[in-house]
Amino acid sequence: MSTASEVKRLYAKGEKRKALIILYAFIVLLIIIVISVSLGAGSPRFMEAAQVILSRFFPFLEIDPEKTDEIIILTFRLPRIVLAIIAGAGLAASGATMQGVLRNPLVSPFILGISAAAGFGAALAIVLGIVVFSPYTGYMVVANAFIFSMLAMLMVYGIACLRGITPETVILAGVMVGFLFSALLSLIQFVAPEYDALRAVVYWLMGQLHTATWEKNLIILPIVLVANALMVRHSWDINVMSLGEETATSLGVNSKRVLVICITLGTLATASIISFTGIIGFIGLVSPHIARMIIGSDHRFLLPCSIVLGACLLLCSDTLARLVFMGSELPVGIVTSLIGVPFFFYFLLSRRRQLWH
Amino acid sequence: MKLIINNLSFNYESIVALKDVNLELGVGEVMSIVGPNGSGKSTLLKCIDRILKPKQGVVLIEGRDVANMKHGELSKIIGYVPQNSTSTFPFTVFEVVLMGRKPYIQWSVSESDKEIVAEILKFLGISKLAERHLNELSSGEQQKVIVARALAQQPRILLLDEPTSNLDIKHQLEVLSIVKGLTQSKQLSVIMAMHDLNLASRFSDKMLLLKHGSIFAVGTPESVLTEENIEAVYGVKSHVTNSVLDSPQVTPIEPIAPGVEDSEE
Repeated sequence: MSTASEVKRLYAKGEKRKALIILYAFIVLLIIIVISVSLGAGSPRFMEAAQVILSRFFPFLEIDPEKTDEIIILTFRLPRIVLAIIAGAGLAASGATMQGVLRNPLVSPFILGISAAAGFGAALAIVLGIVVFSPYTGYMVVANAFIFSMLAMLMVYGIACLRGITPETVILAGVMVGFLFSALLSLIQFVAPEYDALRAVVYWLMGQLHTATWEKNLIILPIVLVANALMVRHSWDINVMSLGEETATSLGVNSKRVLVICITLGTLATASIISFTGIIGFIGLVSPHIARMIIGSDHRFLLPCSIVLGACLLLCSDTLARLVFMGSELPVGIVTSLIGVPFFFYFLLSRRRQLWH
Repeated sequence: MKLIINNLSFNYESIVALKDVNLELGVGEVMSIVGPNGSGKSTLLKCIDRILKPKQGVVLIEGRDVANMKHGELSKIIGYVPQNSTSTFPFTVFEVVLMGRKPYIQWSVSESDKEIVAEILKFLGISKLAERHLNELSSGEQQKVIVARALAQQPRILLLDEPTSNLDIKHQLEVLSIVKGLTQSKQLSVIMAMHDLNLASRFSDKMLLLKHGSIFAVGTPESVLTEENIEAVYGVKSHVTNSVLDSPQVTPIEPIAPGVEDSEE
């Protein structure tokens, strides 16, 4: 029989191990960044990329990189890499948080129907040129997608409120609102007058990151950063809620309040990402699962681990999407599932083996 | 802490679940709530912990109305052990018991939090389960973990909802002995909803017999567990003897003919 101090030491050791895992995952992310920035259309490889980046951050080194290399790295590859990291991190954190508060492993960040709603908003702008509001013309599709995502969220809360907000009512209302918007989206696609517009809608729905610019990144980054930080701050509440609403209440946690706060944060982050990128599925569903298998269910560790894994997965996927057909882009939404599924099964099977020991 | 309940009533929409319940419980006392299915045992526990808001009446702890306390404050006073507790995601036993420290934790887990958890695990004899997942344990082990989680709150009042319903006889005795022992050593006040009249009789100082949400009888096990009371509330003929354990033991014989007494189910 182990003594109390031994049990305590064992747990403390586990905590340290988990912190280390997150650190390792972060190092893996850095390696993927280095690989990603060194590959792609155009001449710059690792050395050239390093020169460009060093000259930017340390002008006193007086490195003088090629002008074309500079353009390729700074205006094409880097913003796209940064967007992949932000989007992957935001989708994964939202997925992990929503699975936690809704106590359901099948939940994705789109659970409130916002992927269909964003798609409908985007299609409305692309096909019919109908825009609710847009700060300037370049952002018509983005603004529409975001506005309709928010509309979907409000509809879900409105419907769920009628029967009292619980995980079940939120999920059901979300699925229904999702169906409503996907029907409307199909309708627009059906009546689309020209082939080009239809093609643009389909392409948007597949998700892509090649439209990344620093300007767009600067809009998404603060939203995702703040939302992620606030979701991580609720880790303890989410932990306690996984034991059920009654236990959570008896531990002083207001489940309904935490549920609405966390789902709103996750939906905001997700909507702001997919409004720019189109629908990038799978990352938000699978990153939390892989993270859970590696690091366990304690959300204090699970959320940071999901965030880093999500960034890794999306950056890997997008790097492949850039490389597979050099010159023509493969939508990243296709690649995420293609490489994510085997990755997921690898972890699932390797964990099984551990359980059998 | 001293617990007083005055005129407590609760409805689930139009169905009356509790009606004019009054009770008093002192420090170091164990009270069992017994009664047929649907008689309001669990509802009463939930009203005390404000998981449900009573429609009427007050719950006073040391003279303070719990309706005026924040859930965070109440969670340091009352520990609640629900009927079944599973989690969707795999948490280890240590993590689950650590959740009982939630009322005291902001973000980081202090050394003393971990120490309290480790001590409780040792006290309940489940140290060796610390790194196992809750969902892969037997019901008896799970029940001990959930009791441990409630104890980690360092409560003054412990509420248990049918703590022995899924357990084998050894685990039943173990869990109840632990609760009884704690009541004395830590000066807790304990209320548990029970189905097993004999276990309730053996481990309680007081018993409360509920029928259709109202108190039918309250007092010592000897005064509550009579053949007349059991027939009137459960609709079952029984034989009550005083056992070797110095507490009345009930042997149910047969249900009385339907129609004579309306049964709940």
